[in-house]
Amino acid sequence: MKKSAAFALATALLLGTAHAQEKVTLTVAAFPSLDSAIKAILPAWTKLHPNVTINLQAQQFADHHNAMTTALATGQGLPDVMAIEIGYVGKFAEGQGLENLNSAPYSAAQYKKLFTPFTIAQATGSDGRFIAMPTDIGPGTFFYRKDVLDKAGVNPLTMQSSWENYIASGKKIKQKTGAYLVNTAASVYNLVIRTNLKSGEGIYFDKQNNLLVGPDSARFVRAMTLAKQVRDAGLDAKIGEWSNEWYDAFKKGTVATQFSGAWLQGALQNWMAPDTKGLWRVQNLPEKGFASWGGSFYAIPSKAKNKQWAWEFIKFMTLNQGSQITAFQDNGAFPALIAAQKDKAFSEPVEFLGGQKARVLWRDAAAKTQPIDVNKYDSVADQILQTELTNVLEQGKDIKQALADARAQIARRAR
Amino acid sequence: MSQRTPTSAPPRAPWSYTRFQQRFAPYLFVSPFFLLFAVFGLFPLLFSLFLAFHLWSPLDGVGNWKFVGFENFQLALGPTDMFWKSLKNTLWIGLLSGIPQHLVALPLAFIIHHSLRRFQGAFSTILFLPYITNAVAIAIVFATLYSERLGILNYLGGLVGLDPVRWLGDPNMVPYSVAAVVFWRYVGWNTVLYLSGLQAISEDVYEAATVDGAGAWQKFWYITLPLLRPMMFYAFTLTIVGSMQLFEEPFMLLNDGGGSGGAGLTSAMHIFNTAFRDLDMGYASAMSWLLFLAIFALSMLNNYLFSRDGGNR
Repeated sequence: MKKSAAFALATALLLGTAHAQEKVTLTVAAFPSLDSAIKAILPAWTKLHPNVTINLQAQQFADHHNAMTTALATGQGLPDVMAIEIGYVGKFAEGQGLENLNSAPYSAAQYKKLFTPFTIAQATGSDGRFIAMPTDIGPGTFFYRKDVLDKAGVNPLTMQSSWENYIASGKKIKQKTGAYLVNTAASVYNLVIRTNLKSGEGIYFDKQNNLLVGPDSARFVRAMTLAKQVRDAGLDAKIGEWSNEWYDAFKKGTVATQFSGAWLQGALQNWMAPDTKGLWRVQNLPEKGFASWGGSFYAIPSKAKNKQWAWEFIKFMTLNQGSQITAFQDNGAFPALIAAQKDKAFSEPVEFLGGQKARVLWRDAAAKTQPIDVNKYDSVADQILQTELTNVLEQGKDIKQALADARAQIARRAR
Repeated sequence: MSQRTPTSAPPRAPWSYTRFQQRFAPYLFVSPFFLLFAVFGLFPLLFSLFLAFHLWSPLDGVGNWKFVGFENFQLALGPTDMFWKSLKNTLWIGLLSGIPQHLVALPLAFIIHHSLRRFQGAFSTILFLPYITNAVAIAIVFATLYSERLGILNYLGGLVGLDPVRWLGDPNMVPYSVAAVVFWRYVGWNTVLYLSGLQAISEDVYEAATVDGAGAWQKFWYITLPLLRPMMFYAFTLTIVGSMQLFEEPFMLLNDGGGSGGAGLTSAMHIFNTAFRDLDMGYASAMSWLLFLAIFALSMLNNYLFSRDGGNR
């Protein structure tokens, strides 16, 4: 007994620092592929804080967010660190279950300028509470098949200059090569409604919760009109994203352009269409539109057990340049931390894109992306408008009528 | 003893374990069910009824709800909301899948029972397989069948010169595509139900009919159908309830939006979206209760149609 006690004491003295360190287990809830980034960064964390064990709870994307919603509702089963995807961060910011990182002891205001600006707005509620630290972003970009455009004699810069030119080029591409312009006309609509917003405007609501959708909204009328033009000219392949047809179109080059997040490059290269290496290029979105396409955050639930260590962990994941680079190398997660974007890896040419220095382009696009106001009824508006858009595209419904109907429906639901 | 209170009842015996356990043990033994029912059955039921009259986002936490009276119900029943459309979709898909299910299952069961008796086990197993097949496997198989450009159906159609059909892309086509999967999945279940119903009908009745010179068709019409009535009532009820709560098949095929233009968005999916995507629990609860009323009304109608002149035929 005595011997072992003495041994334990000696070990403690040898290993321990000046103050005795308690053993802590920190629960981190995340979803793919953020969990893979966490695993990759974990060795560095353990080296720094050997006393803090990370218990990573990874679930599928939708399951994770449903579980977190339930946990926040009941205050039960909350992790210490909660990963949140961009599609949910607005809703979670409106709820009251997460710590406001603006206030002490976090005082995160001092770190805000270190991140790509639009991400900060995304994690800020309408009452000004800042509820999550950004870790990765998805700069929106314009993918095109260089070989297809060359064959059709179309200059990509023309396609970028205006939506009208984009559609005119699409007709040329279809005629000369038989390839479709875009996977679905809805892509054009979806991009037009979320780019070139006025300051203080969200996609569907403004800062004062006024509904922006309606037959008088130039942005929505134009978005639906352009989509309808694409559909009527037979330029879209009528393919949904994340379908077998979509992957097939990438492999065979039957669709010439795709708007997406920069992360699509990694997916194309790794599994969607690895054989098309060198055929793709990227440029900024049409009409100087800058948009964000995905992104992830870390938050601390107010009922978390280890808030202090949770904050240390989040700071290590988001503010540490090494962590951000590790995540980028692990799964292509584009760093939200500006300093990490300046790493030399970002000025290297991207082989898959024919040696284009695409990451520099994306970094600049991210810097120019405007924050978009989020509203808790965004998902309601989104679904109603997608249905009306289908009515316009498939059943020839009048656009003004569709927008008037959508407005009435959204107004009733947004209470 | 009798000296003290001659008029009163005999005095209480002292506390006895035997008496105690005789009186309370039964309650103790049935309590697990009631406790579980209270927690997982009764509580959610009452909570959802409570929420139907409130505006509540789960992210605000328990307790932070706002009473809104009948607003949620008015919202659902108002002219412009998706609830009506989803209910219409649900009924339409239910009719498209439910009626053929029974029109096929009943004769099929009859044929298997009378003509293919030797293979009855094998047939029932094969027919029952879709019912117990994993939903994810079904989703993969039907995605492969329905795929517009890469799908087997359009490939076969192309061989005989048909234009490709957008099975899951054309809003007018979506209800049929979904109904086909539902039909495929449950026709075997109904066949097995009817088979067991047929087995309960005594052979003597058929023998007597044969002696009287009845043909197969007459036997089916005058013996099988009337005697299968209770089983038909049961199977119809299950189909009505199942169709009205349809969720899994359209969700697998079309994702949460219900496909092109929401043409395959059933009420259950709409309720799910409202609750877990839009986080409007009050409205979702109100719609759940309205859906329950609709199911209740249809079941009652079914009950009425079956019980009318039920015994005096």
